[in-house]
Amino acid sequence: MIHSLFLVNASGDIFLEKHWKSVVSRSVCDYFFEAQERATEPENVPPVIPTPHHYLISVLRHRIYFVAVIQSEVPPLFVIEFLHRVVDTFQDYFGVCTEAAIKDNVVVVYELLEEMLDNGFPLATESNILKELIKPPTILRTMVNTITGSTNVGEQLPTGQLSVVPWRRTGVKYTNNEAYFDVVEEIDAIIDKSGSTITAEIQGVIDACVKLTGMPDLTLSFMNPRLLDDVSFHPCVRFKRWEAERILSFIPPDGNFRLLSYHVSSQNLVAIPVYVKHNITFREGSSQGRFDLTLGPKQTMGKAVESVLVSSQLPRGVLNTNLNPSQGTYTFDPVTKLLTWDVGKINPQKLPSLKGSMSLQAGASKPDENPTINIQFKIQQMAISGLKVNRLDMYGEKYKPFKGIKYMTKAGKFQVRT
Amino acid sequence: MQEWANQLCENRQFGSKMTDSKYFTTTKKGEIFELKAELNSDKKEKKKEAVKKVIASMTVGKDVSALFPDVVNCMQTDNLELKKLVYLYLMNYAKSQPDMAIMAVNTFVKDCEDPNPLIRALAVRTMGCIRVDKITEYLCEPLRKCLKDEDPYVRKTAAVCVAKLHDINAQLVEDQGFLDTLKDLISDSNPMVVANAVAALSEIAESHPNSNLLDLNPQSINKLLTALNECTEWGQIFILDCLANYTPRDDRESQSICERVTPRLSHANSAVVLSAVKVLMKFMEMLPKDLDYYGTLLKKLAPPLVTLLSAEPELQYVALRNINLIVQKRPEILKHEMKVFFVKYNDPIYVKLEKLDIMIRLASQANIAQVLAELKEYATEVDVDFVRKAVRAIGRCAIKVEQSAERCVSTLLDLIQTKVNYVVQEAIVVIKDIFRKYPNKYESVIATLCENLDSLDEPEARAAMIWIVGEYAERIDNADELLESFLEGFHDESTQVQLQLLTAIVKLFLKKPTETQELVQQVLSLATQDSDNPDLRDRGYIYWRLLSTDPVAAKEVVLAEKPLISEETDLIEPTLLEELICHIGTLASVYHKPPSAFVEGSRGVQHKRLPARAGSGESAESPDTVSTGGVSEAPPAVIPSQGDLLGDLLNLDLTPPTTTGPPPPTSSMQMGAMDLLGGGLDSLLGGDIGGSPAMGASFGAPPAVMPGSFNAPVSGGLSDLFDLGGGVGMPMGAYVPPKTVWLPAMKAKGLEISGTFARRSGVVQMEMTLTNKAMSVMGDFAIQFNRNSFGLAPAGPLQVLTPFTPNQSIEVTLPLNTVGPVMKMEPLNNLQVAVKNNIDVFYFSCQYPISMLFVEDGKMERQVFLATWKDIPNDNESQFQIKDCHLNSDAASNKLQGSNIFTIAKRTVDGQDMLYQSMKLTNGIWILAELKVQAGNPNYTISLKCRAPEVAQSVFQSYEAVLKN
Repeated sequence: MIHSLFLVNASGDIFLEKHWKSVVSRSVCDYFFEAQERATEPENVPPVIPTPHHYLISVLRHRIYFVAVIQSEVPPLFVIEFLHRVVDTFQDYFGVCTEAAIKDNVVVVYELLEEMLDNGFPLATESNILKELIKPPTILRTMVNTITGSTNVGEQLPTGQLSVVPWRRTGVKYTNNEAYFDVVEEIDAIIDKSGSTITAEIQGVIDACVKLTGMPDLTLSFMNPRLLDDVSFHPCVRFKRWEAERILSFIPPDGNFRLLSYHVSSQNLVAIPVYVKHNITFREGSSQGRFDLTLGPKQTMGKAVESVLVSSQLPRGVLNTNLNPSQGTYTFDPVTKLLTWDVGKINPQKLPSLKGSMSLQAGASKPDENPTINIQFKIQQMAISGLKVNRLDMYGEKYKPFKGIKYMTKAGKFQVRT
Repeated sequence: MQEWANQLCENRQFGSKMTDSKYFTTTKKGEIFELKAELNSDKKEKKKEAVKKVIASMTVGKDVSALFPDVVNCMQTDNLELKKLVYLYLMNYAKSQPDMAIMAVNTFVKDCEDPNPLIRALAVRTMGCIRVDKITEYLCEPLRKCLKDEDPYVRKTAAVCVAKLHDINAQLVEDQGFLDTLKDLISDSNPMVVANAVAALSEIAESHPNSNLLDLNPQSINKLLTALNECTEWGQIFILDCLANYTPRDDRESQSICERVTPRLSHANSAVVLSAVKVLMKFMEMLPKDLDYYGTLLKKLAPPLVTLLSAEPELQYVALRNINLIVQKRPEILKHEMKVFFVKYNDPIYVKLEKLDIMIRLASQANIAQVLAELKEYATEVDVDFVRKAVRAIGRCAIKVEQSAERCVSTLLDLIQTKVNYVVQEAIVVIKDIFRKYPNKYESVIATLCENLDSLDEPEARAAMIWIVGEYAERIDNADELLESFLEGFHDESTQVQLQLLTAIVKLFLKKPTETQELVQQVLSLATQDSDNPDLRDRGYIYWRLLSTDPVAAKEVVLAEKPLISEETDLIEPTLLEELICHIGTLASVYHKPPSAFVEGSRGVQHKRLPARAGSGESAESPDTVSTGGVSEAPPAVIPSQGDLLGDLLNLDLTPPTTTGPPPPTSSMQMGAMDLLGGGLDSLLGGDIGGSPAMGASFGAPPAVMPGSFNAPVSGGLSDLFDLGGGVGMPMGAYVPPKTVWLPAMKAKGLEISGTFARRSGVVQMEMTLTNKAMSVMGDFAIQFNRNSFGLAPAGPLQVLTPFTPNQSIEVTLPLNTVGPVMKMEPLNNLQVAVKNNIDVFYFSCQYPISMLFVEDGKMERQVFLATWKDIPNDNESQFQIKDCHLNSDAASNKLQGSNIFTIAKRTVDGQDMLYQSMKLTNGIWILAELKVQAGNPNYTISLKCRAPEVAQSVFQSYEAVLKN
């Protein structure tokens, strides 16, 4: 099981360590540092690193490496999942997960880690349960505690811990009962030179924020549940009911949680909401290159494409650029060769474009590689897969809750090759 | 929702102004001193703050162990947070202050009786973490109580505590009977307790591979499956991993377990998903393939695997490594999902490389166009490692999908046109492989390749190019010029290139003898005289010798048709693959090695195997009913050495010829300058050679000064090496065949060796009689084997009593092991031996009866036998006749048993006895046999089935030898 945890920052310092069994010397991280040095980019550090007596399994999030040390045969996914859960919990508790935040709350962090893992076995990882055991730090509570001398550690056994619904505590009370659901879809796509789609898929999630009194039992049904053939549920969802009726039936956790994530594969036809016209050329023997990029909306069901951000890693040979955006602002970093263009909203009547020239090293041969263009965007009030919620019902409680459902589509890894 | 989150953030940032960072500030006066004072303060609040400061120092690795007594003093408190903090401190430092830690015991024991279950659990949890012997003694009683506590939260904590205690003192846990209590907890009413008990037992079992801790039976399986639905995600992982160790009784049970596990595929936790995949992949093996459910299950497996690829890159990596295994075992699952493996330019490099590998495995005629277009795209990326691998992947596609070869070659040519240096070199390396797979098909591209000759600076690419020039010398007009240009800097080249250059020039010489004598002369002398590398010298001498004694044979050897390279060069060997499938989701699956190969502390890990598929019909009595259904596809041929394909290919030229040339005339051993050329060269050169004396002169004798140890090959030993089998025919004898002369005295300067092989009490031995027929005393004996099919190697030195005087004979027994380097020999049981004494080194080869490699535990269980027999494709079956054997079936069975050929079942049909037998080779290969003995008929019929059909011939020979002697 998980033996120890080290937190390493971007400059390679260990700023926190926690051992669940015997103490493992921090020199074990030297193997990690070696791998870190070899990696060209921070994210290229291999997630599983063998050392003579241990294995190091790491994840990189918020520019912090979470390095777990294990000694025996442990499923690596179990470790990685757990580490991500640790990060999520920190973020949940402190709002951000940074080195400063962790250091500021080091005692809470330590209490949390102790509560999450016992002898390497996960103990309590549900944020609901953890929050009952260890109260998140807030200004109000800190003041109250200082005055009254009480603690931010719960004295009672968390109620949910052993019930059939471990994710929900009992005795929840709200004056405004509300349940919000966000359907968020990310579209991952690779578009080739000629504009045709090589692969496109949708990663969707339904995130919920449920603040309902008592033990509500919810059902959520869809207009087109057929789309959801590859889903992962929160443990609260009753799988049998889904299998039989394609209805989501569940007793929700209290607060924020991810109800469902789904995947619409490349087998189905995925609508591509934007198109790119590009012409990036270098000529042999010339120290100038041409750059011409135009964006336009496609299959957006009339919704506006907003927050568009274009970025591209230009070839190493490019010294500088002289471009002219029709809207928004662009920057080019001559060191990293990263071009970013903050476009904003696409106006279908007047398509945004970025045109101009690139200067190359004089005398150098023309670059071998073709830059890939990365596009980010958001479309509100639309789920690109076409998924639509039919209705949300509540049973088990008398009051009438306020319900809301929002849709949004975002670009995930949306790449256009040139 | 974003807004709410933001607001939340703001609140928290506001809140975090009063933070723990204050615990890090220190004053000049001496931190420890100040903390000590605060810890002993009367004010509760001050105490707590002080403990927090101590903990904060501890987390960043400062040594605050000096405060131990002061911190322990704060333990007796009703403030839960303070208690927890003290416990945290205790766990960290108890080990270094064992005597002090005893002070805490009383409080622990008291806390274990506390009315608050949270405190009871906390106490037992913390006590288990204190790795001090004296404390563990006090732990037993509270632990026993907590294991039976009324509150499940305490019970589940206690279950984990047993595993902790076992880690500290295993004996104590067994003596106290905690293991049985733990086993009882598997039937607990609370699923969380069940999950923790399973986790604890699994961890304990890991250090006790043979203890039957997790004794799974249908009842306990049922309990686990019930708990699976209700416990936490982590508990589900433990339970699923535990389930995977169970072997269902029949396909029906297997199906019902699969049905109950499939819902886990929709879990949000990827570790749960992968553990479920493991269970399904394993149990699926038992389902008949014609079952509808089997198809349904296959379909259900694809989406969750695809979903794993949209997770964080670290998860993707582990998933991809596992998918790599799954794709090899059951390619049908993901055959339509090629696109999800397409590489995004900002994937981390470790994800990119894995995706590429899987793309090649999934490549088929149907999708090859798409794959090639992608690969070509990747070949223009920035990352050099990735580009290289992409180019190599194109070559692998060409070899894998024959119809695409042409397209691949033209893609590679396009890439060569880019003139990007490393792309060109990589392309040339793979084109060479394509030539090996499709000889005489794409030679038209050679001209293009030759244009890039000058830009090649990597050894592998140079070697590949030289190979191509040598292989197709007759079609390249200026082949000699090209090779000569390489020769100039011969000594600066790497060994790989030197060896290749040597072979290529010899090839060239044999193809165009007239113009290239000088060149070959030059390279031979460079290789033999001026080189320090023994491999190079050896190869040089072999060629020299070969060319000078028998050029016709040389032609047969050097220009022999090479075996085509296999389609899949890097498939995992099937038995290993099976084991790895049982370990999906573990480290083993990430490293593609069996756990026994690397996991520390797991003493003697059990090898897991996939269960055998039940027959599609009723369970058959005899393996005769093989033909009906349930036969899996033939395992693809595998070249075992991964990644070193090129080395193998280049070395192939040197493998000993299978054709035995005419024995060299004795005179040639006397090394005359004239003899060197022999008559054979004339025939090689045909009529147009003017005078062989001229040739002779140019060839000259081998250099006069030669390192001593190399006299031998030149003066006769070498011819023996090529005289495989022919000279030393060995009758395949009985259990221990009689000794035969392996090395005649006249070939070895007076040393005669005769010998045989035997297996005595499980040890393979080489029993030899050494006779000194020379006039002088011999000494300094040593023995070495060439690489051979089963990795035979001497287990100790050759013990020869010295002085070994003339006319003396001594018996030597050399124990052997089978852990040496492996190379497939022809025939399979051929062994090349080198014996050295104070006079010289001598080489001979002999054949061992394969029966001596049959191990003692070669008796297969009947069920396994039946299943295995069916599982091995019929193509692998071979039949032989044993003539003139006058034994009845029982006598034959007894006799064979002596040689570790075990009879598993006997059946009599129409007066014909059928014996079903099994044997296992030292390298783990099973051979199954069916022996038909008909009363009164001296001719037996034997059918052999084995996953490695090559061994059949040798096994048959052993049968014959054992039965007839």
